[in-house]
Amino acid sequence: MDLPFAITLDVGSSHANHTGSWRVNRPIYVDRLPPCNDTCPAGENVQQWLYQAESGGYERAWRQLVEDNPFPAVMGRVCYHPCETACNRAQLDEAVGINAVERFLGDLAIEQGWALPPPGPESGKRILVVGGGPAGLSAAYHLRRLGHGVRLVDSAPALGGMMRYGIPAYRLPRTVLDAEVARIVGLGVEVELEHTVRDVEQERAAGSFDAVFLGVGAQLAQRVDIPSGDSSRMLDAISFLHRVGEGDPPLLGRRVAVYGGGDTALDTARTARRLGATEAVVIYRRNREHMPAHEDEVEEALAEGVTVRWLSTVSRLDGDRVVLEKMRLDDRGFPEGTGEFEELGADSLVLALGQTADLSLLDRAPGVDVEEGVVRVLPTMMTDERGLFAGGDTVPSPRTATAAIGHGRQAAAGIHAFLAGTELAEPERGVVASFEHLNTWYYADAPRTKRPELEQARRQTTFDEVIGGLTEENALFEARRCLSCGNCFECDNCFGVCPDNAVLKFGLGRSYEIDYDYCKGCGICVQECPCGAMVMIPEEL
Amino acid sequence: MSTEPVRFYQVGSFAVGNRLLEDRDRTVQSEPRRSNSLDSGHRACQGCGEALGARYALDAAMRATGGRLVAVNATGCLEVFSTPYPESSWRIAWLHSLFGNAPAVATGVAAALRVLGKGDTRVIGQAGDGGAVDIGFGCLSGMFERNDDVLFICYDNEAYMNTGVQRSGATPPAARTATTEAVGRDPGNVFGQGKDLPRIAMAHGVPYVATATVADLHDLERKVERAMEFDGARYLHLLVPCPLGWGSAPSDTIRVARLAQETGLFPVYEAAFGEVTAVSPIRRRMPVEAYLSLQGRYAHLFGEHPRPDVIARIQAMADDNIERYGLLSGYDYGADRGGDEN
Repeated sequence: MDLPFAITLDVGSSHANHTGSWRVNRPIYVDRLPPCNDTCPAGENVQQWLYQAESGGYERAWRQLVEDNPFPAVMGRVCYHPCETACNRAQLDEAVGINAVERFLGDLAIEQGWALPPPGPESGKRILVVGGGPAGLSAAYHLRRLGHGVRLVDSAPALGGMMRYGIPAYRLPRTVLDAEVARIVGLGVEVELEHTVRDVEQERAAGSFDAVFLGVGAQLAQRVDIPSGDSSRMLDAISFLHRVGEGDPPLLGRRVAVYGGGDTALDTARTARRLGATEAVVIYRRNREHMPAHEDEVEEALAEGVTVRWLSTVSRLDGDRVVLEKMRLDDRGFPEGTGEFEELGADSLVLALGQTADLSLLDRAPGVDVEEGVVRVLPTMMTDERGLFAGGDTVPSPRTATAAIGHGRQAAAGIHAFLAGTELAEPERGVVASFEHLNTWYYADAPRTKRPELEQARRQTTFDEVIGGLTEENALFEARRCLSCGNCFECDNCFGVCPDNAVLKFGLGRSYEIDYDYCKGCGICVQECPCGAMVMIPEEL
Repeated sequence: MSTEPVRFYQVGSFAVGNRLLEDRDRTVQSEPRRSNSLDSGHRACQGCGEALGARYALDAAMRATGGRLVAVNATGCLEVFSTPYPESSWRIAWLHSLFGNAPAVATGVAAALRVLGKGDTRVIGQAGDGGAVDIGFGCLSGMFERNDDVLFICYDNEAYMNTGVQRSGATPPAARTATTEAVGRDPGNVFGQGKDLPRIAMAHGVPYVATATVADLHDLERKVERAMEFDGARYLHLLVPCPLGWGSAPSDTIRVARLAQETGLFPVYEAAFGEVTAVSPIRRRMPVEAYLSLQGRYAHLFGEHPRPDVIARIQAMADDNIERYGLLSGYDYGADRGGDEN
C-alpha cells in the first residue's frame, strides 16, 4: 500500500455502513382509494383520468374515463357528482370541479371524433338488452367490448330512455346525447326501436339469447287521489316531460303548480317556465332541508324564478285554485297536517310524486323477486332467475343516470362471468384516502373555476343549455387542482426529503423505491408525502 | 420576493419536484443524477435536519459551480457523522481541520486555488452553530471583514448536539439543554437575543447574507445559487432541526422547520451589502405553541405546570420578528396560481 505518512487505511465509502439495520419501522408505498372513486356510482377511476388530464393528455384521460363510462359528455352535464361532495379539496378551499372537466373531455371527444375502444373478439354469445336508457346502453357497451353480441330493444322511437324523455334539453342538449348513443351503437349493437317486450321469457326463448339484461327504467308515474272538479287540468310529470322530449309539449297555462320535491318536480317547473308559464310553483310537504332534490337543481330553479311552497300538501283542486293544507314536521321529520288551509291559483297541476317500473313483462318469470316495485338482484346484478340480469331504476338504487350506468357495467361483468361459468370476484376496495392522510401544505392555493351560467333572462325562455363548458385552459387548471388523494403523482418529495438518500427515483412514470440498506426509518418521507401514498409499518424483528 | 411567479402545477411551488414541471423549474433535489454530495451510510441520527440541509445546500452549489467546489468543514456533528475513519460520506472535495478555524482554512483554500490558477473553483466553509456562532466566531468575522471569496454556511441546530446537547450562543430562550436544565423560576435557556449571526454578518457589509430552512427547498436552492453569483464573503444561515436535541419526532424534522418559519420565530430573508432585500412572507400563520409543543426541549412549558407567561414571551419574540421583517407583508397567492392570469 502506498499511503501518506501516518495513514494506515485507504479511504472507504460510507456505503459500507448499512444504516438500514437501525430501522424499527419501514416506509412503504401504498395506493389508497380516493374518495371520488369511492363514491362514483358509475365506478369511474376519477383520480386517474384527472391525472392524465393534468399533463394535457386529454385523449388519454378520455380513454381512461370510457373504460368505465361511455357517456362523459352526458355525465358531465347531468350527473349529480357525489365525487365532488366527497372531494377532499373541499376541506382546503373548494372541491375540484370534476364534473366540469368530465364534460370538457366528453365534448372534446365528440368534437375530435375519438372512437370508443373496439369490440372484443366475438364470443358467439348473444344477449338481449331490454331498455335503451343509461343502464341498457351501458350494459350494451361493456358487453360489446367483451365480445358478446347484443340486441337492444326499446319501446320508444329513439334511444336514451330517461336521458331523452326525462331530462330536459336545457340540461342535456340532444345533439350531445345523440353523439354518445351513436358511438355505442356503432360498436355493432343490433337495435330495435318501438318494440315493447311484453313477456321476457318468451322473447328470450324465441331469440335463443344466452342472457338477458333488463333496464326498463321506472316509467310509471305514481298517483295520489286528489279530488278535483272537471274544470281543472291535472297531469303527471313523467308524461309531461316525455311529451316535451318528443317535441309535443302539452299546454299548461300561465300559472303552473307542481306537486313533489324531487329533481323531476324541479325539472318540470323549470321546463314550464321555459314554455311560457309566468308562475311555476313547486308544492312540497316538508322543508328544504328534507327535500330529496339535489342542491344544485334547487339553486338553479330558484335562480330562474321558480318558487316553492314549503310544508304544504295538495288537498283538492277547485276550479283554477289548488287548495293546500299547511303541514308541520314532527320530531322525526315527518310531516303532519295542521288543519289550516290556503289556496293557490293555478291553471294546471303537475304531479311529480315518484315513479315505478312497469314490470308486467316479468309476469311469466315467477322466480324473479319483485318487492315494492323493484327487482331484487345479487351484486352481479343477476335476478333470482339464472341468466336474467337487471339494473337502473328497475332495481333498488338512487335512481340517477349515473347509478344506472354503473349497473350496466356491473351487469356486463356479471353476465360475462355467468357465461364463462365463473364467479365474479368481488373487487378489493382499498382504504379510502381521507383528508387526514394528506399533507396539504404542498398544494398550491387555487380556488375553483366556475362554469359560466347562462344569463338569467335568456335561460328562462329557451331550452339552451344552462351551464356552459370550460375552456381548455380552465379545464387544465381545474384538473390540476386535484390532490391525487392516496395515489402517487410523482412530486419527488420522498426522493428529496430523505436525509439518507435512501429513496431511489427511476424517472417519469417509473415511480420510486426505498433502499432499505440505508433507510433508517425516520419517516420524513411519509410525513411529507402530500397525497398520503406512503405509510410506516413496523419492521418484523 | 424577487422570484418570478410560477405557473400552477398542483404542487409546483412547494414540493421537491413535479412531473409537470419543466427542467428549469425543478429543484436540484428532484434530479436523479444530483451530486448526493453527502452520501448514504453516514451516521447521522434518524431524521437529521443537518444531513438533509448539507446535501440540499452542497448539491445546489455543485450545480451552480459545475462541480468545481471545495468544502471546508469545522468540527461538529456534520464532520463526525460523515467521516469516521476510514469511511467518508463525501462525494465532493472536502477538508476538515479544527473546530474553530474553518473560516480561516476556507480563506486559505480560496487563496491557494487562486495562486494555482484555479480561481474558478469555489470554496464553501461550513459549520454548525457551535463552530460558527461561538468557537469559530473570530475567524468568521475576520473572513467577513477581509471579504474573502468564501460562502460560509452555518447549519444551525441551536446547540452542541454531538457532544450531548449543550447550549450554544444560538440556543433559543427557554429551551432545555444539558447545560440549561428545565428547573427553577426561569427554566431552560436564558431570555435574550442570543447571537443573531445573520445580522452580525450583515453588519460587516458583506455582499450577500441569507437565511433559509430545510422546509423550503426551492427558496434554499435559489439562495445558494444566488450566493454563487457574488464574489467575496457570503453567509447562509440554515435552520436544521435536530430530533435528538430538540426532542422532536424524527419524522417531524421538516414540519418543525416549517413551523419555525410560519410562526415568525425564524425569519427567512436575504440581504445584500448589509440591507435586507427580500423576505419570505408567512403563508399560514401559526401561534408559537404549534412549534413549541412538538419539541421535548420545551415540554416544561406545557403539561401539568404550564407556563403561559413564558410562551407569551416567546410569542412576543415571534411578533417582533414579524413586525421587523414585515413577514405578513401579504402572501402572494397569485404566485401560486401563476400563468393562467399572468
